[in-house]
Amino acid sequence: MGEPPPNPDPSTQSPKTSQNSDRRSREASQPLITILEDVLRRPPQQSSQGAPLPDIPWTQRASLTEDDNLAEEGPEGGIEYQPRSPSYPAGFSLEFPPSQQFFLDESGMMQQYLEGQGLFLQQLESTYQDPGTNLMGQFSMYQREDQLFGQATQHGPYLRDDPALLLGPSDLGFMPFMGEVPDPEPRELAVQNAKAYLLQTSVNCNLSLYEHLVNLLTKILNQRPENPLSILESLNRTMQWEWFHPKLDTLWDDPEMQPTYEMAEKQKALFSRGGRREGEQEMEEEVTDSPVPNMMETAFYFEQAGVGLSSDESFRIFLALRQLVEQQPIHTCRFWGKILGLSRSYLVAEVEFREGEEEEVEEMMEGEVLEAHGEEEGEEEGEEDEEKVVDPVPKPQWKPPPVIPKEDSRTGANKYLYFVCNEPGRPWTRLPHVTPVQIVQARKIKKFFTGYLDTPVISYPPFPGTEANYLRAQIARISAATHISPLGFYQFGEEEGDEEEEGGAGRDSFEENPDFEGIPVLELVDSMANWVHHMQHILPQGRCTWVNPLQKTEEEEELGEEEEKADEGLEEVEQEVGPPLLTPLSEDAEIMHLSPWTTHLSCSLSPQYSVAVVRSNLWPGAYAYAIGKKFENLYIGWGHKYSPENFNPPLPALIQQEYTSGPEIMEMSDPTVEEEQALKAAQEQALAAAEEEEEDEEEEDEEDVED
Amino acid sequence: MDADSLLLSLELASGSGQGLSPDRRASLLTSLMLVKRDYRFDRVLFWGRILGLVADYYIAQGLSDDQLAPRKTLYSLNCTEWSLLPPATEEMVTQTAVVNGRFMGDPSHEYEHMELQKVNEGEKVFDEELVVQIKEESRLVSIIDQIDKAVAIIPRGALFKTPFGVTSVNRTFEGLTLSEIRKLSSYFHFREAIDLKNKTLLEKANLDPSLDFMDSLEYDIPKGSWSIQMERGNTLVVLRSLLWPGLTFYHAPRTKNYGYIYVGTGEKNLDLPFML
Repeated sequence: MGEPPPNPDPSTQSPKTSQNSDRRSREASQPLITILEDVLRRPPQQSSQGAPLPDIPWTQRASLTEDDNLAEEGPEGGIEYQPRSPSYPAGFSLEFPPSQQFFLDESGMMQQYLEGQGLFLQQLESTYQDPGTNLMGQFSMYQREDQLFGQATQHGPYLRDDPALLLGPSDLGFMPFMGEVPDPEPRELAVQNAKAYLLQTSVNCNLSLYEHLVNLLTKILNQRPENPLSILESLNRTMQWEWFHPKLDTLWDDPEMQPTYEMAEKQKALFSRGGRREGEQEMEEEVTDSPVPNMMETAFYFEQAGVGLSSDESFRIFLALRQLVEQQPIHTCRFWGKILGLSRSYLVAEVEFREGEEEEVEEMMEGEVLEAHGEEEGEEEGEEDEEKVVDPVPKPQWKPPPVIPKEDSRTGANKYLYFVCNEPGRPWTRLPHVTPVQIVQARKIKKFFTGYLDTPVISYPPFPGTEANYLRAQIARISAATHISPLGFYQFGEEEGDEEEEGGAGRDSFEENPDFEGIPVLELVDSMANWVHHMQHILPQGRCTWVNPLQKTEEEEELGEEEEKADEGLEEVEQEVGPPLLTPLSEDAEIMHLSPWTTHLSCSLSPQYSVAVVRSNLWPGAYAYAIGKKFENLYIGWGHKYSPENFNPPLPALIQQEYTSGPEIMEMSDPTVEEEQALKAAQEQALAAAEEEEEDEEEEDEEDVED
Repeated sequence: MDADSLLLSLELASGSGQGLSPDRRASLLTSLMLVKRDYRFDRVLFWGRILGLVADYYIAQGLSDDQLAPRKTLYSLNCTEWSLLPPATEEMVTQTAVVNGRFMGDPSHEYEHMELQKVNEGEKVFDEELVVQIKEESRLVSIIDQIDKAVAIIPRGALFKTPFGVTSVNRTFEGLTLSEIRKLSSYFHFREAIDLKNKTLLEKANLDPSLDFMDSLEYDIPKGSWSIQMERGNTLVVLRSLLWPGLTFYHAPRTKNYGYIYVGTGEKNLDLPFML
């Protein structure tokens, strides 16, 4: 019973003492849960009582008030229960005091207490029920306390015991101090402690176990499911979830899911049929002429090999390729593969434009480049003029190595155009053509792709370009190294140029062999000689066809003959030769005594229906399959070559000699005064001697003449 | 990835490009179930595939009730017959650290390694070359162990620890929220904690001892060795390790699906600092 509650009218309590004690004892002996159950069964009676509190459903009521006052639910819960459980006013008032004293800290609470008290005063009188008369005898010794507590009607108003309020004892309604405070009964104390413990709110959230159990039991009682015990745990979990994740309003969007919905919208756009073209004619055209590849078939075969993206992803890529075909004038199109990056990945499509379409764009791009170049040259000339006026600064002897011209479109490494996008649904970006210097530098560095095309590639040796150029260079290298086809699928065209032209570069065009019959899968797996490369090998120079960098064009010959002579003596560049087109894989160089290709059947359990799969060990992630007359190549990986040794970046170059030593820039000490004077004296002597000689000669001449 | 949800997991992890062919999937489903029964595992994980030059190893791991107890590793060449691998010891790891290059694919293959050993003969001390044979099986064991310790990860909240010390699967784990998936601190290494004791008191105060009892990925060295991406139109978060390329971890946020798989050559990427 704890601290004595105010009991203004001890005289009126005596007739009801027995009932109080019974109520109290009954209440005390029951476990807390049953109390709750009884309490919760009140809802049907709520309306009959003419609820003092507004007519809100039970659960909301509980949660609402419990929301408001975090630490003070107990007493409020007490208040609420009391209007609905008039037979337990004393019981709850028993628990009331400790919590009340504990939690009462706000004036708002006091107001509600007063209201509550006033309200349930009315309640209790009307619905007082007479409990049984058990255990009356046991509690006879506590009659004094019964008087103290008496009926709930005589409790309260409960005012705060706050010295600041300056309430006199009469205002508080306390009994005058009677000496000892009666000890609470152990059971009741235990119950109070238990309830206080349950009412604790944890540090992380504002929910106490008490509230949660109340909510849970209320929900169960409201919904009355079939087998509540078995679903108790899931109910528990969903309640916790709902508490922390309130259901969304119909007006509000979930902010977290916004980017997901956006992507879904974009991908939904892919699925709609392009434009408003409908009609049989156009359907037929699209069916026959579309250059979009049959991605699903390719994906199916690669799936047999255990490679590739999932089938719905492949379908989305197919739709994205179709979108690309609609936007650009494309002649052939192929899904090249996927390059993984740090933040995003790239999906790469290999396309060929229709004849003539591409040149316009190329010219534009080159025009931009030339303009930038021209500006730089103009600036340099201006500077040179200024320098000549002031002082002739010795010019550095270093000349940049001659720029190797990039290959034309549709030849060599630039045979195909590449488009990339990050995800199906996003727009496709075209990659620029690759220049030989980019390939050469790309061989020297090893960097991860970030996923953004305009990221600068910071490396040593410095890479001339952004990530778009690096990506294009890697794509070129991978294609040249790993695009293979079964022997005989491609053959050289009938019109062959002279082999000795262009320094023996070899034939570089091929066409499909209409008579190709397909090689049995087992043979494809057994021997690497049955596969050939159909992309040209890239020379160390960075091109597929060799170009002598020292070949002077007409403009350069005009610059000066002196320079030419100096150069010719020094450098003789050897022609670089690579394996010709359509060489079988058995000729490929080994990596440290390991074969650069691994082959296997897709399914060893059913060899008659298997697909031959070839996997590259040099470029991990490059795959090819072949069956019958079909074959395809694919790359999915990080975009780097495999090297058994660790990557060693090249050391920085030696410091360059800026100027050649010569008398113009050599430091010499100035001649001292004595030296100058000595020189002057010597010069005068020489002059005098010269004059004497002349005079002598003149005299001799005159003598000769005279004679 | 859990063998129970193998098909869905393979589908979700397919963003890295490597998966399994249908016949392998079918044989895995049946054989892993038998493995679970025979070895009395609580959970069986399909760990992944190590690509060899001649053949591939398929690896599975079995867990007992305590999720952090040492796992048993099994390998197979054809996804139907599984052999148990011995647990990794320190000695094995150091011994096989000298072997470089690809796996052959033949478990009985032996690598030869020349070692110099000092031999005392009377008063002379000279070096003698010894050829040490290292079996590919022990190399396999040590590589799997290294990969597990370095890059096997699970999301925060997937396991919880009871006060008795037993780690169990958290059945109320409903997935990470969209705000948590991009942070490295939401993912833990699936191993006993190493760095946890070294945290400052301030950091420890914010941890929940039942959930935060493993190392998070935040302090991994080298920094930036994880790539976090969203795939499939923002409905799947994929973490790829750059230190051991081939390890893919996937998780569908707000769902219970998560898992990791390793498909690669089994070689550490020592060039990572140059590549970032």
